[in-house]
Amino acid sequence: MGNKQTIFTDEQLDAYQVSLFSFPRLHGRYHELAPHLVPMDYTNEPDCKVPLALIVNMPELKENPFRNRIVESFSEDGMGNLSFNEFVDMFSVLSEMAPRELKAIYAFKIYDFNVDNYLCKEDLEKTLNKLTKEELTPEEVELVCEKTIEESDLDGDHKLSFADFENMISRAPDFLSTFHIRI
Amino acid sequence: MPRKSDAAKMEEVGIEIDGDLSESDDGGTQRRANRRQAGGRGGVKGRGRGKKPASDDDDEDDEEEDEAPRGRRGANRKKPAKKRGGNDDEDESEDEPPKKKRGGAANKKRGGKAQDSDEEDSDVGKGKKGKKGGGKKGKKEEEEETKGKKGNGKGKGKDKGKDKDDDKDKKKKKKKGDSSSDSNSNSSEEEESMSEGEMARLMEEVEEKKKLIANIRNKPWRMQRRLKLLKEAQEFVDKFEGALGKGKGRKWYAYKVMMTKKWIKFQRDFENFRTACIPWERKIKEVESHFGSSVASYFIFLRWMYGMNLVLFGFTFGLVVIPEVLMGLPYGSIPRKTVPRAEQDTAQDYSVLMDFNGYCKYSVLFYGYYNDQRTVGVLKFRLPLSYLMVGIGTFGYSLMLVIRTMAKNADVGGGDGEDSDFTFAWKMFTSWDYLIGNAETADNKYASITTSFKESIVDEQENQKDENIHLRRFLRVLANFLITCSLGGSGYLIYFVVKRSQEFATRDDLSWYEKNEMEIVMSLLGLVCPPLFETIAELEDYHPRIALKWQLGRIFALFLGNLYTFLFALFDEVNTKLEEEQSIKNASIWAMKEYYANYSRLMNDSEATPPPMDPADVIRGPCWETAVGIEFVKLTVSDIQVSYLTILIGDFARAVIVRFLNYCWCWDLEAGFPSYGEFDISGNVLGLVFNQGMIWMGAFYAPGLVGINVLRLLSSMYYQCWAVMATNVPHERVFKASKSNNFYMGLLLLVLFLSLLPVVYTIMTLPPSFDCGPFSGKDKMFDIIMETIDLDLPAFMGTLFSYAANPGLIIPAVLLMVLAIYYLNSVSEAYQNSNMELKKKMKMARDEEKNRRNNADTTNQVMKDLEDLLPNRSLIPPAPPEPEKPPEQEPKPKPTKTKPGTAGKGVNLQKDVALASSNPNARGPVSRPPGPRGPGPGPGAGPGRGRGRGPPPR
Repeated sequence: MGNKQTIFTDEQLDAYQVSLFSFPRLHGRYHELAPHLVPMDYTNEPDCKVPLALIVNMPELKENPFRNRIVESFSEDGMGNLSFNEFVDMFSVLSEMAPRELKAIYAFKIYDFNVDNYLCKEDLEKTLNKLTKEELTPEEVELVCEKTIEESDLDGDHKLSFADFENMISRAPDFLSTFHIRI
Repeated sequence: MPRKSDAAKMEEVGIEIDGDLSESDDGGTQRRANRRQAGGRGGVKGRGRGKKPASDDDDEDDEEEDEAPRGRRGANRKKPAKKRGGNDDEDESEDEPPKKKRGGAANKKRGGKAQDSDEEDSDVGKGKKGKKGGGKKGKKEEEEETKGKKGNGKGKGKDKGKDKDDDKDKKKKKKKGDSSSDSNSNSSEEEESMSEGEMARLMEEVEEKKKLIANIRNKPWRMQRRLKLLKEAQEFVDKFEGALGKGKGRKWYAYKVMMTKKWIKFQRDFENFRTACIPWERKIKEVESHFGSSVASYFIFLRWMYGMNLVLFGFTFGLVVIPEVLMGLPYGSIPRKTVPRAEQDTAQDYSVLMDFNGYCKYSVLFYGYYNDQRTVGVLKFRLPLSYLMVGIGTFGYSLMLVIRTMAKNADVGGGDGEDSDFTFAWKMFTSWDYLIGNAETADNKYASITTSFKESIVDEQENQKDENIHLRRFLRVLANFLITCSLGGSGYLIYFVVKRSQEFATRDDLSWYEKNEMEIVMSLLGLVCPPLFETIAELEDYHPRIALKWQLGRIFALFLGNLYTFLFALFDEVNTKLEEEQSIKNASIWAMKEYYANYSRLMNDSEATPPPMDPADVIRGPCWETAVGIEFVKLTVSDIQVSYLTILIGDFARAVIVRFLNYCWCWDLEAGFPSYGEFDISGNVLGLVFNQGMIWMGAFYAPGLVGINVLRLLSSMYYQCWAVMATNVPHERVFKASKSNNFYMGLLLLVLFLSLLPVVYTIMTLPPSFDCGPFSGKDKMFDIIMETIDLDLPAFMGTLFSYAANPGLIIPAVLLMVLAIYYLNSVSEAYQNSNMELKKKMKMARDEEKNRRNNADTTNQVMKDLEDLLPNRSLIPPAPPEPEKPPEQEPKPKPTKTKPGTAGKGVNLQKDVALASSNPNARGPVSRPPGPRGPGPGPGAGPGRGRGRGPPPR
């Protein structure tokens, strides 16, 4: 793993431990992604970012249809370049210890493809096509998106705001069990 | 200090956005909270009140009064206050403390407790928190109130922070700087003064900080900010904890977190283990993901069947076969356990064995092998009694199990309600399992998601379908008529053929066709009718799920004919055997006497006891029970062969041909004519059901049959799973099978009842063979029970039974049962009704909620229309300006979501149209105006006038 050589101050480690839901081996993994970019010594918090293309190829994310969106929603610049902190943050939110609301927020961000803070039809179509590998006919996609909006749209604006989304997701039985990644 | 200021700077740069988010809603909620608190709590502690508002840096209105209190607070906090600089979230979390402070120092303990509960919240009670989050806007105020007293303010603060940051990203970006500078300057001034009360407050703040540390992971902040805040909080705690004499907690907390993690992991593992314990769960899931729940329902049914047969197998082998083998007489000791001399030459031939003759016939597999000794072995095991009990118990257990499963399924069906409010939304957002990291699993998951979407789409389309109802009805009646005709026709054909075969039975000069006429006709019917029914069912155009039920019912009716012929032939055979037996019995006894007479004559010694006759030489009766058993076993085995060969040829060979000949064929085989086979759900289910009927009927005469069946089901599971995955394609319209496959169970119950009849009939009426089986020598099989009662139970039990069998007792009991059934039936109906009622209510409540949130546009509109329809309105001359307003009123509610101008209009028009269609009368006054009016004065004049007019309709 190489994480033995990873250097953190105790203080830093402590801080990460407390502020994250999971912090095992994360730096090792981060370093593996781009050995030439990421230094092992992290005591003075060097400023480095790993590009999206590398992160998306992690085995944990590789098969996920939303991998690009996940990484993008956690990156500060929206382009998918993750600093170590953001990287760690991502796996913390996706760990199974994170509470439902926290997950809901990020799930909303992930499904919000065009980053307008609403899940509009366009977003839903993209989500659906990613989920089904575009095996549904356009009419079916249309129907499903219509129904989805109809079901959860409470304020009648034909798109889902976060309030709608949270209301819906808070009742979903398997949201917590499916929206997490073990690392 | 320099470090801290650095930090502050960084935060200002990097975290501004986040800060804003939380701030923005803070603004909303806290402002309200402020007011209330200022009013309600002011009396408790002036300072506390002041401090609370301090949090609202963003709140312009309160800014001035905040200033002073902030200073105080800053004094307490010293450095942290400074750090707070550009960072408002901290405010949000740290602002809460003062609120709590109001409660006084005594609350510290509670604070600690609250912290614990908070942690639990985050770890376990997520649901609770979710709820809190959901209702927060409204609830917040209340919570704030309690917060003052309770220590768990932090949790709520968190909620608040989490609430909505996403929604309101880019608002309010300034305002941070000033607040920070305020606090900085003020803090330095009052840094020195530290009174008793302040000590208490300090402790509270330490608690707060600790809580922040504990909960920092739950906040949707960027990592960097989190680290920063954490550092501050820790430093603060470190600094003051010593002073206040409180040091532990962290370790305990870490330990607790670790334990929670371990516990969760254990639960997960246990869950996995439990899932792994369910046999074939993964196989079935895989099939389900590709072929839909309808095909999977067959496999689940098969698995259930396997479970039941395993229990039956356990009973039969444990209580009948094993005792006979271990404790009964060995093979060859008595005639019924010996192959007759005439058959001994061929008894081991393969062909004979395959017909279950020879050694097979005289083995534990069949009824005839069992001895009629009352007890066997040292344990005095009453084998004949046990045999009868197991035979009856098989039925009893199956009946109970089927009914229980049906009841449970019905329960499930009513309980979880497949039609959830969020079918599609949940599928869309929660169906992907983020844990999947394996390409193959991912492919399966894609398939299963697609399939489940398709299932729901089919359901939805079915709901939306409304065409010519009369045509549809006519077609359905027609289809049913056609199918009834063909069923009646085939029924008559079967009857006719059976008649003819009885006729043929008396003749010898039969051609091959005449000999096998019945079988040929039966299999032709089985071959032709199902596809015919399916074709006719196209006319009906039912939802595939309902269509499957109809199809099952119809084919079931057809197969009943099959069963009928089989039983008919069997009873014929039994009757002839019974007649034959009578003569053989006499011959056998006579032969025995002859043997003894010969022996004494040869020995010239009438006194000597002759050695027993060689068992192979004794003349035997036909033993109809064994014959029946063999018949059933043969049938079962041939059924297995046929169904396996069908799969091999019909599916596998076809798939191979289609797949590989496609390279060199003149048309597209895969898409065109032969294509790949679909999994025939109805055929397979019925095959399974009727096979089980055979087992039930045959098990009494051939205890080994259950074992054969268990093997069959086991192999069938693997074989069919493989076949369906390898050679079949999913149905064109994948449909969702109802979770409770109660229809299959219903069929099974019917078959169970049908197979119960002949067996009970034979047990109760036919005399058992005189020289084979556990009941030989008795008049009736159930005499064994009488015998046991008489001999082994105390005398009063016998009288008790005789009373119980009295018709005077039985008839009232039956009546009572009928009444009970009636009562329970009506009760369940009532429950069903109330269930429906509740469902309706729930739906209404939901719609209402939607409407309310919907800015009440629609309802307003309706009210307005109603108003416009009032007679006086249309009569009064100055009315004209009135109707013009409604459309303009629209933009007023809109601004909440969209820009007042354009979008509002679009919606407006739409709504009007919708209303117009539903209520043609309203058309004139309401829907006209928007056209010309909209573009002109819309946004400007609209709101003003609209407001004036808005309230009345409510």
